[in-house]
Order: sequence, then structure tokens, then C-alpha cells
Amino acid sequence: MTLTIHDLRKESGSYLPGSAACPGCGATLAFRIASRVLGPNTIYVVPASCFSVIQSPFPKSAISAPLYNIAFPAAAATASGVYRAYKMIGRNVNVVVWAGDGGTVDIGIQALSGAAERGEDIIYVCYDNEAYMNTGIQRSGATPLMAWTKTTPTGKREMPKDMPMIVAAHRVPYVATASVGYPFDLANKFEKAKRIKGFRYIHIFSTCPPGWNSPVSKTAEVAKLAVDTYFWPLYEIENGKLRITVKPRKRPLKEFLELQDRFRGLSDEEIEELEKIVMEKWNFLLHLEKSERVF
Amino acid sequence: MAVEGTWEIITGNHAAAIAAKLARVKVVPAYPITPQTTIVEYIASFIESGHMDAEYIRVESEHSAMAAAIGASAAGVRAFTATASQGLLLMSEVLHWAAGSRLPIGMAVVNRAVGPPWNIHVDHQDAMSQRDTGWLQVYISSNQEVLDTILMMYKVAEHPDVLLPFMVCLDGFVLSHTYMPVNVPRQEDVDEFLPEYSPPHWKLDPENPITFGNLALPDEYQEMRWSMDLSMRRALDLIEDVAEEFFQKFGRYHGGATWKYKVEDADYIIVTAGTMASEAEVAVDELREEGMKVGLLKVRAFRPFPHRDMAEVLQDRKGAIIIDRSIAFSSGGPIGIEVRSSLYNRSGSPPIVNYVTGLGGRDVTYEDIVKMTKDGIGRITSDRLGRPYYWYKLKPEYEKIELSEEVRL
Repeated sequence: MTLTIHDLRKESGSYLPGSAACPGCGATLAFRIASRVLGPNTIYVVPASCFSVIQSPFPKSAISAPLYNIAFPAAAATASGVYRAYKMIGRNVNVVVWAGDGGTVDIGIQALSGAAERGEDIIYVCYDNEAYMNTGIQRSGATPLMAWTKTTPTGKREMPKDMPMIVAAHRVPYVATASVGYPFDLANKFEKAKRIKGFRYIHIFSTCPPGWNSPVSKTAEVAKLAVDTYFWPLYEIENGKLRITVKPRKRPLKEFLELQDRFRGLSDEEIEELEKIVMEKWNFLLHLEKSERVF
Repeated sequence: MAVEGTWEIITGNHAAAIAAKLARVKVVPAYPITPQTTIVEYIASFIESGHMDAEYIRVESEHSAMAAAIGASAAGVRAFTATASQGLLLMSEVLHWAAGSRLPIGMAVVNRAVGPPWNIHVDHQDAMSQRDTGWLQVYISSNQEVLDTILMMYKVAEHPDVLLPFMVCLDGFVLSHTYMPVNVPRQEDVDEFLPEYSPPHWKLDPENPITFGNLALPDEYQEMRWSMDLSMRRALDLIEDVAEEFFQKFGRYHGGATWKYKVEDADYIIVTAGTMASEAEVAVDELREEGMKVGLLKVRAFRPFPHRDMAEVLQDRKGAIIIDRSIAFSSGGPIGIEVRSSLYNRSGSPPIVNYVTGLGGRDVTYEDIVKMTKDGIGRITSDRLGRPYYWYKLKPEYEKIELSEEVRL
């Protein structure tokens, strides 16, 4: 079944008004959609991240589902413990890690890899704003090549880790990329993940207006352009089989880059180099789509 | 009339694993490290052979072992793990997290030196370095005490007045790999003593959703820490009460927060912990045969620290000889430091001689304890108490440097 706006409107989700998020926050958009699909029978585990703040300070909370905050490197392990306890109790509950890119691709990668390898029955979500935003915009292993951050003031010189593929290499049953610019694609990936047993991973491109210096009114537009320029392709890998879920007509990468200050000042040659990398990845995905099994 | 168990000849690690089984823990995340390994091997075999009904999580690190125990306990079930040395140090961040979350997780810590250099043998540096994580800490002297104390400490930790995690610390190899007779209680008797855990405070449950651990600002945080400290202090009496209840049911008593041996008429008291305390019992008898009135005050609970016991037992004695198996660099032995704090500002505080010894598995026998006690008494009676602590059993060439003027504190 495919979820539509009518289905999503029926669900209230677990995100309440009055959070402490920045204006235009992509992570809250992602959570709002995901929690509507996951429903109230869900326990969230959140490592140190923007979401530690977004949920708002004690004694209030903007999240109406049970949520446990845990130390930075530990989310996947803690979620494993929650899941195993509920297995012993004999109750079915969605156990979901809701982590940023630092807590996923850097400091949390060990626990994530362990949980994926063990096949823990959890959904691991990375909302990726492509840098350490909660600490004030420092580069992470997910920061794109050439992007400005406060610790890469002349642009990052390294490629980001391809985290969805790293997780897929663990041969888990479901891996997907998503973008807050494609809410129904995102919603349907959660809908699918919810129905699969085992370790599931969803990596969401999540616009960060303060971190990227993009207009707060253009969060969805930036995230949509990321997909339409092939900067952030949307695909899923179900039981090893890869499928590109959105195949838009290619738009020039420049349209995506120029909406954000983190790529300001790139020369035409540098933009061309990024275009080349983007197209290589896209063509690689098209190639993988033809394979019976990617992993 | 105490209930009967069955006698088995087992190692300290085997006793710890049996205790976890008897406590009916529901989730055991485990990562192996010498000399803890056989605990998690025994538990794996209990579960896979159907003798224990629990989920076993083969995690990829100790950090994840504790994080998974936290998740399980937060979901409302009894959790257990075990570690040692580097493993405990890697856990440090999440040890704080477990205590701050008020989760009564149980853990066996098989005390082992920390690196570098690599050393798999006993000292207490690992656990002592984690003394301020908010965990209850009990140090153990026999395999029977390992089994019994794990059962007792679940009862203490899960009490609504406490709700803090605990570590039961057993000396690496000296207990972990040494066979001793242990009376293993029957499951039904343990079930009566230790009912199923049901969190009285909070748990992760979609039927009653709560957010736990979000930001607390300066106007909230300090009282949360105070409440942990209060619970820790309240645990002191509970440890004694539960030990008494355990005695009534099972007929065995290992002491409460402390264990006293021949202290009534003693002029001098030896204070120590772990297996050095069982050696010290022998030393007390030896010294008494030589006409010296010496007693032993064994530290079982290091957290909560039994300040009151220390003050009551040590006040008005001629002296205290405190023997530590870890070092607070440039400051002394952790037990020595704490006992001074128990006695300061009290009348009748005795002179104290604190020894640091037995690191990295250097053997400390009753003969060593006799020597330290005599050396300590000599220092006290001749007023040679110039230093806050002394190293014992250094090789002679190092001892010479240690005793020279330039290293005096």
C-alpha cells in the first residue's frame, strides 16, 4: 500500500507544538512524518544530537512517545537492550533510534555496526544535516566535499562516508535513503520498514538553515533540489535488491549549491568536479539497480 | 531454621554466573575480557541449554554492553553484565548514565590492573577509578560471598529508596579462577527472597510515555544529583538490613557495609578490602598469638562509604593500618583517603598508616599483612608518621628511592 496525504493527516504523530527547534528545522519535519507512520506504539532512543535539545528542556517535552536520551556513541546498543527486554516481556513495540549524522557515521558507528550485524529488530534513523550542528557547525564524516564548516573554514577536503551502503554491506533486510523534500517517499519508506523484521536503516537528508545558511522558508525546496540535482539520490535496498525510488529529471547542481552559503565561493571548476562526482554516483546506482543483489 | 542448598566446588566466576541465573535476570549483554570471560561463557551456556530464560546480547564492546543493559533496565527488566579493567574504563561514560537514570543494573567486576603495560592480574585500580559514577560498590573475599552478595545487592539496588546500579567486585584470578566450596541455594528460595523486578519509578512504555534525560538546566540539575547522593547514603542501612534478612533465610552472614573480626578489645585495627581482607584475618590471628591486640575491619561497601562504621570502630584505638590495592597518584590509597575523611573533626581519631601495595597481581599474603601491621605500629609508637601513605613491597632499589628525602610529600 502507498501512503497519501489523506493517510498521514489521519495520524497525529508524536511531535507536539512548542519544541525548541530552530526555524525551518528539517529534522523536526522528518520526525513529524516518521512518527505519524510509526504510530504511538514506538519507543525512541536519542543520542546526543540536535534532537536532545529539540525535544525541549525538563520538565517539558515536545515528544509524546516514550523517549530515552543516551550518551553519544551508544544509541544502537541501548535500542538493542530495549528491544530484547520487550522480547522477554512478550510485547511488540517499534524500537527506533533517532540520531544525527555525528551519532551515526562517526561516534556511533561501532554500536550501529554491532546492532546491524546482530540483526537487532530495530529501526535506526539518521537525520543527516551533514555536520555537527548541535555544537555549532563542525564537520562530520557526513559533511560533503568542499562544504564550509567552522572546522573546515576553507572547505572540506574529504569525501563523506557512504553510510547507507556501509549499513547495506551488513546485509540487513532494509536500507533506504530519504529526503525531507520528498515527504511521501519518506513516509512510505517508514511504512515499509515498519512491516519488515530485523535491522532497518533509514538515512534522511535533513536541511539545516542555521548550519548551511539557507533560507528558513526553503527547507523543503533545498531538500527537494538535493534529490533533483542527484546530490542525494533516493533509493532503497530491500533484501539486497536496490531500487531507485525517485528518478527526477536532472537539474544543474548549481541550483542546489547556490541556495546555501556553505558552498559559497566555489569556482566553476569546483562545481564541475562536484557535478562529476554526483553523476558518477547516480550512474553507479543505475548500474546497481540492474543487479539481483547489491550485497 | 535456614534453608538448605547444594554444595558445589566452583570458581568465583562460576558463582557470579549462577547468581545471575538465580536472580532470574532477563537480559545479559556481554563482552569478554580476561579474567571475566568465564562468567559470560557460563551464562551463554545456561541460556543455550535452556537452564536460564534470558536474552543474551553479544555486543561489540563494553560501552555497548552497558548501553544495552541500560536499555533493558529502562524497559523494566532486570539486567546483568560483567567486565574487568579496560572494559570497565571503556564503560565509564555509560556507568554515569546508568546511575543517573536510576537503573538498578547488576554487574560483576573482576578486578584487574589497568594498562599500560598489559597486566591481567588483580588490583583495584579499575573499580576505584569508577568510584564516583553513582554505582554501589561491594568488594568480596570468597566465592560464596560473590554468589550471595549479587543476590543481596539486587534487593538493595531495586529498593525504592535506592534505585542505583551496583557492582560486586571480586579479585581477578584470586577468586575468579580459584575453586572453593559454595553452597548454591535453591531457585524457589531465591525467588522468595528476591521477587521479580518491577520498576517503581519509571520505564519506557508506550502505554505511559515519558521523556527521560532531556536537558535539565541549572535550576533543576543539582537536586537530581543530591537525590542520588541521598539514595546512596540510604543504601548503607539497607545493605545491613538485607544482609540480616539473607542470614535469616540462608544462614550465611558476610557482614553489612563492613565486616568486623576481633575488633572488640583491639588496640590496632587493620582496614582493607577484597581478598586481602581474608589474608588479614589470618594475620590478625598470627599477631594475637604474638601478643598484639589487633582486629580487622573489612570494607565491603566502598560506595556507599561506611563513614559511621569507620568512626565507631576506629575511635579511641591506638592506631589504624589501612591497606589499599590501588593508588590515587600522589594522594594515597582510596580507602585510606576515605577513612581519614570519616575520622576528621571527631575526637579520639587514631593515628593512621596507609599502605599501597599488591598492584598488578603482586602477591599480598598474611605474612605481608603481618609485616605492614608491625611496621605501622612501629611508626605510630615512635611517632614516625611523616607521610600520608607508604608503598609496600617495592623492589629494594625502588624502595630506596621511595624512602629518600626528595620524594617526600
